[in-house]
Amino acid sequence: MKPLTTEEIRAVIARGKLKDTLFKALGILCLAFGLLVIVALILDMAIKGADRFTLDFFLNFASRRATQAGILSAWVGSLLVMFVTALAAVPLGVAAGVYLEEYAPRNWMTQVIEINIANLAAVPSIVYGLLALGIFVYQFGFGQSILSAGLTLALLILPIIIVATREAIRAIPAMIREGSMAVGATRWQTCRYHIIPYAMPGILTGVIIGLARAIGETAPIITIGALTFIAFLPPAPLTALPDGGTAGLFDWVMAPFTVMPIQIFNWTSRPDPAFEINAAAAGFVLMAMVLAMNALAIWLRYRMRKNIKW
Amino acid sequence: MQTVSSTTGVQISNTGSGYISARLSHNAMRHWNERLIETVLFLAAALSVLTTLGIVYILVSESIHFFARISIVDFLTDTQWTPLFDDAHFGIMVLVSGTLVSSLVALLVAIPVGTTIAIYLSEFAGSRVREIAKPILELLGGIPTIVYGYFALLVVTPILQWALPNLPGFSLLSAGFVMGIMIVPYIASLSEDAMRAVPMSLREGAYAMGSSRLYTAIHVVIPAALSGLAASYVLAVSRAVGETMILAVAAGMQPNLTWNPMEPAATITSYIVQVALGDLPHGSIGYQTIFAAGLTLLLITLMFNIVGQWLRAKYKENY
Amino acid sequence: MPNTTQERLKAEARGLNFFYNGGIQALKNINMPIYDNRVTALIGPSGCGKSTYLRSFNRMHDLYPGNRYEGEIRFYPDDTNLLAPEVDPIEVRMRVGMVFQKPNPFPKSIYENVAYGLRVRGERNRRMLDDKVEHALRGAALWDEVKDRLQDLASNLSGGQQQRLCIARALATDPELLLFDEPTSALDPIATGAIEELVHELKKRVTILIVTHNMQQAARVSDYTAYMFLGEMIEFGKTDEIFIKPKDRRTEDYITGRMG
Repeated sequence: MKPLTTEEIRAVIARGKLKDTLFKALGILCLAFGLLVIVALILDMAIKGADRFTLDFFLNFASRRATQAGILSAWVGSLLVMFVTALAAVPLGVAAGVYLEEYAPRNWMTQVIEINIANLAAVPSIVYGLLALGIFVYQFGFGQSILSAGLTLALLILPIIIVATREAIRAIPAMIREGSMAVGATRWQTCRYHIIPYAMPGILTGVIIGLARAIGETAPIITIGALTFIAFLPPAPLTALPDGGTAGLFDWVMAPFTVMPIQIFNWTSRPDPAFEINAAAAGFVLMAMVLAMNALAIWLRYRMRKNIKW
Repeated sequence: MQTVSSTTGVQISNTGSGYISARLSHNAMRHWNERLIETVLFLAAALSVLTTLGIVYILVSESIHFFARISIVDFLTDTQWTPLFDDAHFGIMVLVSGTLVSSLVALLVAIPVGTTIAIYLSEFAGSRVREIAKPILELLGGIPTIVYGYFALLVVTPILQWALPNLPGFSLLSAGFVMGIMIVPYIASLSEDAMRAVPMSLREGAYAMGSSRLYTAIHVVIPAALSGLAASYVLAVSRAVGETMILAVAAGMQPNLTWNPMEPAATITSYIVQVALGDLPHGSIGYQTIFAAGLTLLLITLMFNIVGQWLRAKYKENY
Repeated sequence: MPNTTQERLKAEARGLNFFYNGGIQALKNINMPIYDNRVTALIGPSGCGKSTYLRSFNRMHDLYPGNRYEGEIRFYPDDTNLLAPEVDPIEVRMRVGMVFQKPNPFPKSIYENVAYGLRVRGERNRRMLDDKVEHALRGAALWDEVKDRLQDLASNLSGGQQQRLCIARALATDPELLLFDEPTSALDPIATGAIEELVHELKKRVTILIVTHNMQQAARVSDYTAYMFLGEMIEFGKTDEIFIKPKDRRTEDYITGRMG
């Protein structure tokens, strides 16, 4: 058995290096493909929808004529639904996260809750829609309202906020907790004045990512039966109603509505290509909202990592 | 002098005990406060369990009504799905086939691309490349699915039609392809986690034998991370199976028992959307079908998730 | 007993400095010979740089960005500088084998673990592979224990067997120098004894450099010993001389247990 000569060994090494280089190129290509998809999507929608980027597009209701149709009810609906979602999901998610990190005893009940949260994150969003249809719309009688939609999306993003809260709390060193307890603060005071404030940037990042996910969700909202053709806005508090009465502070919560993704879905599924332009323009607006939220979250996390030195 | 001192003595003891009892009652209040807060926090955490129970309750109870009218055997074996016709058939396999074919297409795109990215990021890339790549992947994963649906129907389908002239305007192929792009970040990040969990000592062992990076990755790191990679694929399948809007927009919504990705077909999810878009009366058989379909969907995703979690636990206990 | 005048050089460190990423200097001007077919032990308190020094011989530090060498490690008989930037670290690693602190068998069969280095070199001939695997396993005193289950997963072996498997893996490619980085620190006394015996056997085939935290082990297995402290080479010499009459006060303190 003869050992390899230096030349042979060098040839083997050169072959290995060539394969390394080729693979590196492939890896970069795959990443570039991802970037290309994002860029292609944005450019396609921006170019196709260019004609619609006028003030009218944002201030008009949906219409049967593509050129006159706008997204007013859709973006107002999206904002209102997000408002309800945030109002429900943030306190619940943060409370659940604080409980699991700071209070929960190590017992089977905690374990059930933890396994449950992990599994909920994997439940398809349309199943949340079915849950909402059965419970919120019919059993609770909320109907096909902003309230139903907001609560549905809140349940959907709850696991995201809980996980973000827990991770943010876990990153806080024990000495801060001990320091607070040592001067006689109760557990809740420690949470209220130390843990939650310190965890805030992390929680905020999770909240933004969760809301970015929620604002793009379509399936569960279609499932609860949101209308696609809405030519009016929910009643603003304390304004006059068409029937002569005055709208209450929270009447808007029970109003029918539409949201951006549903408007896009509606326009995409029309055979008339003129509506493609509307779909592209609305898609661009939605992408801009989602990307802005994601970018904000990424930036927040980046800053957090730079600033925190315990 | 004595009275003064005694009264002061009494006074002292009085303020003392008053102070202590005030402290005690304050403490008791604090205690109750704390208990109350703990209970509220616990309820927030328990809400997630309630959500699960709600999902199971609503799907099962509506499905029971459904299966009271249609036998489970017909549901599983019938080859037609025409719930709203006079001659109604309820063969869920029709929808399952569309779901599986589109998911398969998605995996064929996402597994090679996602795994390549994962290997590249975990074994080749420096920290700077990783810092750029991660946000790109995150953004890719954060694109709303309705936008992906638009992309599939109006951008990808025309491109694919140029290569495959027989491709119809709606197809499982283009929907599945875009779904694949959607789950690439998912596979990439879970697989990268799995590979990074492989201890450095194993890699060093391989490098010390003179192996190149790629050889080390393929022959040492991947075998060591295999269950983690498998978990990422299985969890990705469960994602694909539950995806709705891409299919509703780009795969067509007509029920079609097919294994050919070049055809249009409804999936479980797009059927639910289709029914929800119409105006079905609460309690009708059509209304109940979406819950039976939803239950099927939940069971399929649950199965994939249990397998995926089990595989993940397996690689986590290895290291 | 080896006689220094008859020794042939296998390698020699000359003015070796090493800086970790961030500029911390871990090795300071190390000069030291490694003699052919001898066992050289590196001892010293933890953090003294002995592992860092060992890992310079197969350029392990090149795996991580920002590390920097200065000086040379001459390698004989061809008198190349292992640390020269134009010398490929992979080529160095093909000539210098290494056994790690904790057994790190690959997630493969026993057979494939031993054949790994040969496959890296592109060897496909089944007969050749079989021969070399058997030869290496015999060399690592493991053949009799595993010959009937070569296709079993390596992870099913005991800790001591795994470490001998790693030695076989390194031996299979006939390295000229074999590095041991505290190879018995994760093993029980019986397995440790087996490895020590093996090291003694192996020096007929290969030059050995071994880092150990255990002075008795150094005394038992090595022909030469180097004492390192705070990144410096304090004393190098024949093992019995180092242990019986060390020249440097610090070496004596360490050996007699007054320090470390």
